[in-house]
Amino acid sequence: MCDTCGCNVTPGNRHLAYKPVNGGTSAVSVLKKLLAHNDDQAAHNRAHFDTRSILTINLMSSPGSGKTALLEATIDALRDEFRLAVIEGDLETENDAARIRARGVPAYQITTGSACHLDAHMVHEALHHLDLSAVDILFVENVGNLVCPASFDLGQHRNVTLLSVTEGDDKPAKYPVMFRAADAVVLSKIDLLPVLDDFDPARAEQCLRQLASTVPLLPLSARKGQGMTAWYDWLRSELAAQRARVSAGQTVKPYIQPDGARLHAEVG
Amino acid sequence: MHELSVCQALVNQVVEIAQQNSAHTVRVITLHIGPLSGVEPALLVSAFPLAAAGTVAASAQLVIEPQPLRVHCQTCGADTEATPNRLLCGICGDYHTQLLSGDELLLANLELIT
Ligand SMILES: Nc1nc2c(ncn2[C@@H]2O[C@H](COP(=O)(O)OP(=O)(O)OP(=O)(O)O)[C@@H](O)[C@H]2O)c(=O)[nH]1
Ligand SMILES: [Mg+2]
Ligand SMILES: [Zn+2]
Ligand SMILES: [Zn+2]
Ligand SMILES: [Zn+2]
Repeated sequence: MCDTCGCNVTPGNRHLAYKPVNGGTSAVSVLKKLLAHNDDQAAHNRAHFDTRSILTINLMSSPGSGKTALLEATIDALRDEFRLAVIEGDLETENDAARIRARGVPAYQITTGSACHLDAHMVHEALHHLDLSAVDILFVENVGNLVCPASFDLGQHRNVTLLSVTEGDDKPAKYPVMFRAADAVVLSKIDLLPVLDDFDPARAEQCLRQLASTVPLLPLSARKGQGMTAWYDWLRSELAAQRARVSAGQTVKPYIQPDGARLHAEVG
Repeated sequence: MHELSVCQALVNQVVEIAQQNSAHTVRVITLHIGPLSGVEPALLVSAFPLAAAGTVAASAQLVIEPQPLRVHCQTCGADTEATPNRLLCGICGDYHTQLLSGDELLLANLELIT
């Protein structure tokens, strides 16, 4: 797959600004992102997606918030409309990929072992196991974890963070980095709201807005088919936006803390 | 958690820069870390010796300079301090703000012995 892209080029030859000082010790000013190596690989992955007009979406949440169930329902509803593929991140098992394949959609399972997040190199490895020439939307189901996955760009265009109603409506306040990274927040398992008297969707939304997030909040139940139309419409509009970007020669990164980076114009 | 991966990325960069500068030892590593970087400074400090063992950075002192959390309000234009789960404008209270600083995860500088 990486025949033309120079895949194995490492960022070892990136220029670093440095000012050696005379004598036995020198002070070197670097100002480089700690995860620059991952970011370079992510940009490379994104180029793979863009050359094929693929929209790539990274799904993140706590363990068991309903990521795989959302994918299953999405496959059932959209499989005739779009060509879908899934990369699954999981600690030890092939279970999630097996659930996707059972619905006739190609899925590759990254077994992360003890790792608590996916990184851009793992995703790149996985890309070589999928036929990307026949894909419109690629979903990456990240490891269930509200902390680490937010720090690693995978090359995706959009992040979707799920918050299930069994988790408590203050989760965005407790995990601001994760919820700030979301381009859309799915409020999942809303069929359970009637039996959960302590989850207030309005309070969940308030916690999200207090993170200066203006993104859509999509309440739904994959199990009972409630609220799914808004999710499918969001996917359709994101795919249309991705295709428009590709024809204009542009790309987009998800909302991984970009404002600070842009405003203080750091290098790296 | 992922602080070990972050430390390994840090050590790789530091070793690379030390080589480029023909340094045999790294004395001090200074990082800029904001409260919204997604990285816990204390965990980074405890993961560092493991990641640096056997490299030119093995005996380096890791200095972390915390960065302030500041937002710019798109509604009233004010720049104010904020907290990680309350990024509202400190003047008008609006949530349409942009982060000015506070999400840094940067290798700022190194002190090398050549
Ligand atoms: N009531 C209800 N249960 C749901 C819904 N979606 C998922 N679940 C249940 O929640 C549990 C976890 O769902 P998964 O889809 O496996 O969650 P996940 O986020 O993929 O889990 P991990 O990959 O292990 O992190 C399962 O028992 C699902 O049946 C929903 O909309 N309503
Ligand atoms: Mg799953
Ligand atoms: Zn490649
Ligand atoms: Zn972790
Ligand atoms: Zn204001």
